[in-house]
Amino acid sequence: MLKVRLIKRQQESISVRGLIPIFSVILAFACGGILIESAGFSAGETYLNMLNNAFGSSYAISETIVKAIPLMLAGLAVSLAFKMKLWNIGAEGQLYMGAFAASWVALSAGDVPPAVMIAAMMLAAFVSGAVWGFIPGFLRAYWNVNETITTLMLNYVAIFWVQYLVYGPWKDPQSMGFPLTPRFPEAAYLPAIGGTRVHMGLIVAMVIAVLFYILLAKTRWGYEIKVIGESSRAARYAGIDATRKIIMVMLISGGIAGITGMIEVAGITHRLQEGISPGYGYTAIIVAWLARLNPFAIILVAFLFGALLVGGFGVQTMGIPFSTVMILEGAVLFFLLAGEIFIKYRLVIQRKGEKI
Amino acid sequence: MSVSAIIALLAATVVAGTPILLAASGELMAEKSGILNLGVEGMMLIGAVAGFAVTHNTGNLYLGLLAAMLGGGMLALLHAFVSITLRSNQVVSGLALTILGTGISGFIGKPYQGVPLENTFGEVFIPVLGDIPVLGPIFFQHDVLVYFSIIITVVFWYILFRTRWGLVIRSVGENPAAADAVGISVSRVRYMCTILGGVMAGLGGAYLSLVYAPTWQENMTAGMGWIAVALVIFAMWNPARALLGAYLFGGVEALTFRMQTAGIHISTFFLSMLPYLLTIMVLVLVTIRGRELAGGPAALSTAYDREER
Repeated sequence: MLKVRLIKRQQESISVRGLIPIFSVILAFACGGILIESAGFSAGETYLNMLNNAFGSSYAISETIVKAIPLMLAGLAVSLAFKMKLWNIGAEGQLYMGAFAASWVALSAGDVPPAVMIAAMMLAAFVSGAVWGFIPGFLRAYWNVNETITTLMLNYVAIFWVQYLVYGPWKDPQSMGFPLTPRFPEAAYLPAIGGTRVHMGLIVAMVIAVLFYILLAKTRWGYEIKVIGESSRAARYAGIDATRKIIMVMLISGGIAGITGMIEVAGITHRLQEGISPGYGYTAIIVAWLARLNPFAIILVAFLFGALLVGGFGVQTMGIPFSTVMILEGAVLFFLLAGEIFIKYRLVIQRKGEKI
Repeated sequence: MSVSAIIALLAATVVAGTPILLAASGELMAEKSGILNLGVEGMMLIGAVAGFAVTHNTGNLYLGLLAAMLGGGMLALLHAFVSITLRSNQVVSGLALTILGTGISGFIGKPYQGVPLENTFGEVFIPVLGDIPVLGPIFFQHDVLVYFSIIITVVFWYILFRTRWGLVIRSVGENPAAADAVGISVSRVRYMCTILGGVMAGLGGAYLSLVYAPTWQENMTAGMGWIAVALVIFAMWNPARALLGAYLFGGVEALTFRMQTAGIHISTFFLSMLPYLLTIMVLVLVTIRGRELAGGPAALSTAYDREER
């Protein structure tokens, strides 16, 4: 009889670590392909169609980037927290709070030059998102309250808060009952590149990626974050104050997620409305995980996920439901998780009587 | 509001609380054994679509329920495998399965979108008890799944706090190393509890598509899975409190629905926030005063690795 065993490796395997993301994607698309075929469609045709929708023209690529930008920013936001093993599942809510604050500035600031308006919106969004991250951060830092749950709960509070605003006091009287605010003044429009919808948010995302890289790889502060993430005990022995770090990280993480909300309302929708985010905060977690929390990899992976979103949106005309995208996203993350075991353990098949 | 309207509201509360109760009672068992399952939303949706599809095609409601339980259970099996055998991050696994479950259900459910169900579970009028004024219509004139949800919750309470099985489950959740040392198979207990959680979540989802609506709509749970997760914490991991909490949360749902249909939009959103805010408050209180006192499993969401001690 054959017995399959997982034996711990003496050293973590680096080659496996690099290959897992690639294999997860391949496996996920394979499983997705099987599902698509079982529904009577051609997997090959579907995937080719998706590629074309995402990359087939300069317009397509611009749309891919448009969808990728919020994923880049939100992915960076959660990656900082995850680096410290702080499970910030609240990026979605922090995003909404950022969108709310930015909208408040846009709708009430009156006549201000664009540069001032944009800067003010960004600041407000950062502060708002940071506060939303501070609450669970504080609870975790001082009272050890599970941040997974608190950030999750606050997501819905934020979503309902925005719904209250767009159905109530901020509703556009000319919107015929639709839950949206009036259009923002021109000054609040985030400048775009060329004639496309690709906006300044891309630059913001890239700047933050570089900043994060420098922060984590080159500063003492970043080093301490990584130590706390690896081993809280080692951090304590080294005298690193985790409490303040937790607060700071949650502030920054929430703040950047807040900015994500701002760039969506300032760069794309130009108003506050229900459902400004189709789950970017959650998809960002997949992006960050797939990118192994590396800032530059996050930019790349976010771009690929943007392609997935745009591609998936387009194949609906073929009759393929958009939920296929979610299947692929979920499957990628799932295989990623499953594959990670092979970094620390190797698979051994033990024949009867054989000694390992 | 007239008396009959209030009675109708309370009766609707019980109905609205039922899917939450079904999913939460299962999640409670999983968490009690130490596994945090954030995939409840996805499992509910799989259950809803599987139940609907099978019932629609076979005409048999019970087959639909079985399919729902199977669907939820299978998704939970994936979560169990990744979380227990592979000792991966339970939070991320749960999220992955919620997204996967939402996607699969949307994919399978496409042909059934908006299709009405021909027949559903009728109301079962419990003799004598159903005739009690006020309490009768509120509690004793519902479909079988409502009664089942209450009974199963009581059963779970009994198992957890009055039987040896329950002791085993709780010890695995509190201190898996100690349980392992005594010879209990931590892995097997956790697998069973996690799958049970998925089965119950599937059942909760099926209640939505087979009774509450009854139809299939993409994403029809609309966050109910997360409310169930919140409820487990709000109930401080006690099935008896989960029963009361489910109807409290269900009441919020029923009330907001009535208010919105009456045209009062504004305050309903604050009402909807309530379950989430209350859950945070309870979690803070429970954590500060020591989770052990409130029944929260100490080893929740930490994987058990025998080699690492």
